Amino acid sequence: MQVTMKIFRFNPEKDTKFHYETYTLEAEPTDRVLDVLERIKGYEDGTLAFRRSCAHGVCGSDAMRINGRNYLACKSLVKDFGANITVEPILGLRVIKDLIVDMNPFFENYKKILPYFITESPIPEDGRERLQSQEDRERFDDTTKCILCAACTTSCPSFWASDDYFGPAAIVNAHRFIFDTRDEAASERLEILAETSGVARCHTTYNCTVACPREIQITKAIGEVKMAMVTGKV
Amino acid sequence: MKTHQFEVVVVGAGGAGLMAGLYASKTARTAVISKLYPTRSHTGAAQGGVGAALGNYEEDHPEWHTYDTVKGSDYLGDQDAIEFMCNEAIPAVYELEHMGLPFDRTPEGRISQRPFGGHTNNATGKPVRRACHAADRTGHMILQTLYQQCLKNKVNFFDEFQVLDLLVNNGAAVGVVAVELATGELHIFHAKAIIFATGGHGRIWEITSNAYAYTGDGPAIALRRGLPLEDMEFFQFHPTGIYKLGILITEGVRGEGGVLINGKGERFMPKYAPTVKDLASRDVISRAIYLEIREGRGVNGSNYIYLDTRPEVVNKYAAIDGRTNLDGSPVKVTAEQLLHKLPDIIDFNRVYLGIDPMTQPMPIQPTAHYTMGGIPTNMYGEALKDETGAVMPGLYAAGEVACVSVHGANRLGTNSLLDIIVFGKHAGLRAAEYAKGADFQPLPSDGLDFTNQQLDGLRNGSGKENVLTIGNEMKKVMFDDVGVFRTEEGMTAALAKVRELKERFKQVRVTDTGKIFNTDLLNTWEMGNLLELAEVVAVSALNRQESRGGHAREDFSKRDDANWLKHTFIWMENGKPVIKYKPVTITKFQPKERVY
Ligand SMILES: Cc1cc2nc3c(=O)[nH]c(=O)nc-3n(C[C@H](O)[C@H](O)[C@H](O)COP(=O)(O)OP(=O)(O)OC[C@H]3O[C@@H](n4cnc5c(N)ncnc54)[C@H](O)[C@@H]3O)c2cc1C
Ligand code: FES
Repeated sequence: MQVTMKIFRFNPEKDTKFHYETYTLEAEPTDRVLDVLERIKGYEDGTLAFRRSCAHGVCGSDAMRINGRNYLACKSLVKDFGANITVEPILGLRVIKDLIVDMNPFFENYKKILPYFITESPIPEDGRERLQSQEDRERFDDTTKCILCAACTTSCPSFWASDDYFGPAAIVNAHRFIFDTRDEAASERLEILAETSGVARCHTTYNCTVACPREIQITKAIGEVKMAMVTGKV
Repeated sequence: MKTHQFEVVVVGAGGAGLMAGLYASKTARTAVISKLYPTRSHTGAAQGGVGAALGNYEEDHPEWHTYDTVKGSDYLGDQDAIEFMCNEAIPAVYELEHMGLPFDRTPEGRISQRPFGGHTNNATGKPVRRACHAADRTGHMILQTLYQQCLKNKVNFFDEFQVLDLLVNNGAAVGVVAVELATGELHIFHAKAIIFATGGHGRIWEITSNAYAYTGDGPAIALRRGLPLEDMEFFQFHPTGIYKLGILITEGVRGEGGVLINGKGERFMPKYAPTVKDLASRDVISRAIYLEIREGRGVNGSNYIYLDTRPEVVNKYAAIDGRTNLDGSPVKVTAEQLLHKLPDIIDFNRVYLGIDPMTQPMPIQPTAHYTMGGIPTNMYGEALKDETGAVMPGLYAAGEVACVSVHGANRLGTNSLLDIIVFGKHAGLRAAEYAKGADFQPLPSDGLDFTNQQLDGLRNGSGKENVLTIGNEMKKVMFDDVGVFRTEEGMTAALAKVRELKERFKQVRVTDTGKIFNTDLLNTWEMGNLLELAEVVAVSALNRQESRGGHAREDFSKRDDANWLKHTFIWMENGKPVIKYKPVTITKFQPKERVY
């Protein structure tokens, strides 16, 4: 089929303002949007810049807006968008070049929630694994899937309004530790998330849940964190 | 240009690089440089599990793991290093758990384990549960956990910095040159010890499970600096990639009972591997699939077959095989259980093929997957500069980029995640120890020259050739003729083609003249690396006149221990390949015929 791709372009070394460039080319309906971008870069315009690596939705490099909504380009098939596809960078982060945005504010927010395992308890005396029941492990399974692609955070109106809001991805990663029975810093994280830039800014718009390419139930996870804050129980 | 000084510089932030960074930075001033943001590294794509004889479900021993790995390697692996890795596996996996890694659990709350190809109970020959897993995203969990630990321990990262050259002075590695992607500026990192952990080069082949970033930067840089590469003819083709796309379907699917079915609806693996059947080693299964297809038993006469994991099919063959649960009851699975154990696999099928594996079989074909060869090292991660085992001072390598060699001619599933944590750690420790006892050697005066010369070449070509076209031609010929099955004739033609492409590559011209995120320039440079390595792979493969593990020749179809029980070391000297050999270390297991 023939596809017309309208792509957001901005070259900081030449342009003062962004513009759109349109490319028309042949594509298979089952091609990934990423495949089409690769061909445009390879044969039509080598200067087109975007990030990518795994090409199957697990590394989190290529979140972008496709026809107005956040997706991973490598997990989006042409047939699901039709013959006219508009591709733009994710919102709320500074555009560096074309589809590449400055991810630093996103990762800085992530780092604020202590995204690592914290415990004071010694490891078992036999040196083997800590025990955890299957039910306890299941409690935070969903939030371990996060690939830090920022599709959720950059679809959130509260984040657009101000990037000092930690954003859904950071809260998802906090959830992953708060509800892990082996971790001992839940209360510290809950305190951090109780700050003004924390969960209070979530107005359950559900954009994040819709945007998540890993199908994490983000709004539910944020709800559980809010509940833990209120009840003091995890 | 900016210059930085660190005692240890780690190039790469996948599992191996992060582990090295974590351990080196305990005692030495360390920087970790990565062209991808660390969590984008390919370790995150690993699905099935990490191998360790924990014995959480059933009897298992590191000795069995060692033997299976030696056998899997078709006796080309160095047995001292393999034994070391399999012994270290147990504390290494516990360490990951202590770092918070969310493994799946047994009913007793221990780390859950699943069967994987080539891992057996050495007494019965039956598959053993040795792969420690976290759903079908074990690599993702390892990558996240290690990155998190690095944040906790304040490791210095240089994210989105791509290393382009290794600086050598007076015969020692003294630094690297890197470009900062966001600015295009070149940086020199002056170091006492440098650890390469840059991953593999599976983008040489057309159908591949490997990421765009798998362009072999590390080995290509080493080769250009006069260092040898080891066993480059050995590359693993994983039997189950999604048809045409190459996306991996983990062996864990067969570990959970999935079976391979040909176009006539027959389960064919019992013909090729009567004991372990669908859980034979990867090289064995990939060849079986090719043979089925060649004999006209592909699906619809085409070049793919089915991997069937529909619950009723799994249960049917579980009954035929007499597979039992630990309590002796017959294995019976439900769609819900499979969904829980293999969520990503099911998702890939739905997204890319529109297929639900619970009601339809998956079309699959072998896919280029894993680099067994690479920068030669000893078991402490020290890079070797020649076939005598002499060490290149200041240079280390770990992970898929390195050839220790623990995988020999064919890697067992789950042994790469193991390799990266064990040898990543030991390379980090060794490098830091070396750095503590050594002074900074002066940088060469012409630090940036070689880098600039390479980049200028890419900017100033005639523009008559297109880099993507060249790349596609390379991938096709390498997949067809230096792939699962190989012949003298095919490989000779492939080598000639690759050499022609290398010539044509001189005519490409990068169109992006800017500095900021010039991915055009860097992708083109990467293609140069792939071409360089494709030549080395083809030369090494053509040279080895036998079949062993992943290297299957139709004109020399038998393993030949009398002549070929040895590692290939290859150099490029003034554009000409030079080959020498290093003996295999054999300790406990004398080579014998390999049957599954
Ligand atoms: C789909 C898939 C599934 C797999 N499943 C399993 C499994 O179940 N079990 C198993 O044991 N193994 C598995 N493997 C293999 C295993 O995942 C890899 O071999 C292993 O993760 C490699 O780790 P690494 O640290 O060596 O490299 P990577 O994780 O790939 O890291 C390479 C790093 O080097 C950096 N880099 C590369 N070039 C440069 C440069 N020029 N400058 C700066 N930085 C650079 C990259 O940014 C990256 O950070 C699988 C592989 C794939 C592809
Ligand atoms: S390229 Fe990795 S998620 Fe799309």
